[in-house]
Amino acid sequence: MSQHGVALEISGLTKRYGDVTALAGVDLSVAPGEFITFLGPSGSGKTTTLNAIAGFIEPDEGTIDLDGRSITGVPPWKRDIGVVFQNYSLFPHMKVSSNVAFPLRQRRVPKREMAKKVDEVLEIVGLSHLADRYPRQLSGGQQQRVALARALVFGPKLLLLDEPLGALDKRLREGLQLEIKRIHREVGVTFVFVTHDQDEALVMSDRIAVFNEGHLEQVATSQELYEHPETLFAAQFLGDSNVIHGTLESRGDRHALRVGDRAFEVMDPRGAAPGSEAAIMIRPEDLVVRPVDRESPVDHDGKTTPAEVTEVIYLGGRRRIVLSALGQEFIADEMSSVHDHKPGDSVVVTWSMGQARLVSTD
Amino acid sequence: MSVSVTATDESPDAQTARGRPSIVRRLSRRPTTLLIWLPLLLLAVCFAYPLLQMFRLSFTDFVGSTSGVFGNYLWFLGTDTQMTILRRTFAVAGWVTLMCLILGFPYAYLMTIVGPRMRLLMVGVVLLPFWSNLVVRTFAWVILLRDSGPVQSLLHAIGIDDLRLLGNTVGVTIGATQVLLPFLILPLYAALSGIDRSLLTAAHSLGARPAVAFVKVYLPLAVPGILAGTSIVFILTLGFYFTPALLGSPRNSLVAQQIVTQVSELLAFGRGSAIAFVVLIITFVVLGLVGLVTRRYRRSFETGLDL
Repeated sequence: MSQHGVALEISGLTKRYGDVTALAGVDLSVAPGEFITFLGPSGSGKTTTLNAIAGFIEPDEGTIDLDGRSITGVPPWKRDIGVVFQNYSLFPHMKVSSNVAFPLRQRRVPKREMAKKVDEVLEIVGLSHLADRYPRQLSGGQQQRVALARALVFGPKLLLLDEPLGALDKRLREGLQLEIKRIHREVGVTFVFVTHDQDEALVMSDRIAVFNEGHLEQVATSQELYEHPETLFAAQFLGDSNVIHGTLESRGDRHALRVGDRAFEVMDPRGAAPGSEAAIMIRPEDLVVRPVDRESPVDHDGKTTPAEVTEVIYLGGRRRIVLSALGQEFIADEMSSVHDHKPGDSVVVTWSMGQARLVSTD
Repeated sequence: MSVSVTATDESPDAQTARGRPSIVRRLSRRPTTLLIWLPLLLLAVCFAYPLLQMFRLSFTDFVGSTSGVFGNYLWFLGTDTQMTILRRTFAVAGWVTLMCLILGFPYAYLMTIVGPRMRLLMVGVVLLPFWSNLVVRTFAWVILLRDSGPVQSLLHAIGIDDLRLLGNTVGVTIGATQVLLPFLILPLYAALSGIDRSLLTAAHSLGARPAVAFVKVYLPLAVPGILAGTSIVFILTLGFYFTPALLGSPRNSLVAQQIVTQVSELLAFGRGSAIAFVVLIITFVVLGLVGLVTRRYRRSFETGLDL
């Protein structure tokens, strides 16, 4: 069953529906065998991109290359790309085994080989015992595994998964996430996984491609995306964040974000011009909340601000402190409770400079 | 390859194990369903009672000397002319059904893929014939199909001269097809619109050309709808009187015309009733077979449609 995935190369992909631009020039390279996730809100272009790769829609501009060969104009039934749909799309009048055998029948695979391949792939998804059932006799999770088996059985070099877990409940979804990852490791095929669920994207992917309004915001590993988001959209879509808007200032090789009469230091302006609108983003776990006392005065330096506690939320392993500062809301997550904060307390919020990331706001 | 998976998903079998209350219990439970008793009463008085009367007559009312209680049935089934008429009726019903399917399926299919406005227009066109009287429509066909009519002129222009369209089963088939087409299109459309078209997209992604995907995925799912529509048309044609009477001829009469002849011309109520019952029994057999096939077919993959 083990096979090698192929490289996927998308460049300048554009699709318009009347006045609406669904895709505005998407460029993306996917390495052979990689697990890449398309993440974005609905209408961001992730599913349109997937449909273009599958051949369900023709892009207006741009090219899609699979293994170095252009697949533009090739109809879906000749692309040899596996697709798993959100609503499973199993054929209701065929048993599980016939559903899985369907792509092999289209390829005129000899009977004996077909039976062997169907058995193999059903074993991979753990459904060998249900081969004689009809789809409606299976639960949602089982149906999705049949769909997965059916999309893999003919040995595609690329597998597209369109929100495959969207219709399942949370616990089942988490189980299947790990299982899809395992199957990916096992078959070695290139996986393109579409989701609007940020946690799902973090769990599953080698790399995440963040879509927004028809273009790519950032393509990076989960960790890179979380720790070094390049745009405000990417920062806010993946994980929780505190964002301070302002104007960029530069004095020599020191840079700061001006917010009213305050200036917050930033390490790397990343090419942003002085005077331009920008924002810094700090993750909740990077904020340190201390009570105001003599040892730690509010020093008004580049990485501290006075604040007032508005709420303390117990979240099991951590506590979330909601704060009011600079005329906006901040959230800070504390793993252990060194200080016992109460709503109404005056506190000092601090972060280290390396944890305040400058992000572009356009 | 040696990977085991624990299937933690819940099994849907547990849900189907629950029993459903019988239809009688459900009818009597809610006061609103009392409304059904009025139409039931009407049916009993205006339909069941006359039917019982006919049943009795078919065994008691004889022409001339009797040959036992089954005399009327033996006469019908034993007379060559009557059997020819019965066979002809079934042949015409078969042709009408086939023509309706050939014309109606593409139409109903198209209705499922066009936009809402176009669909409304298409439903309107299907229902259009219902807005004009059957007599008017049938006479319109007489005018169209007669020897000096426009259809014959057209056929003459392309070199076909010896095809008679009126006064035979050809005319009857054409007329009945037009009248009965809505009875196929509407239930078929209802069935086809319930088929998930994304299954075709899935089939394409799995390597099936559009034609193959249609035959292997769409068509099998359309079978219950096709059976429903065609059985309605078939049964309605069996009992068709007016259109065959006008577009056919006495020499090519169908079973309904024969009943009229027996009852209103020869006053042979027993014979007329016997013919009617033979047709009724055949209808029941056809319906029963279709129902059986559909049920077996549906049980395998559909949910919760049967009572």
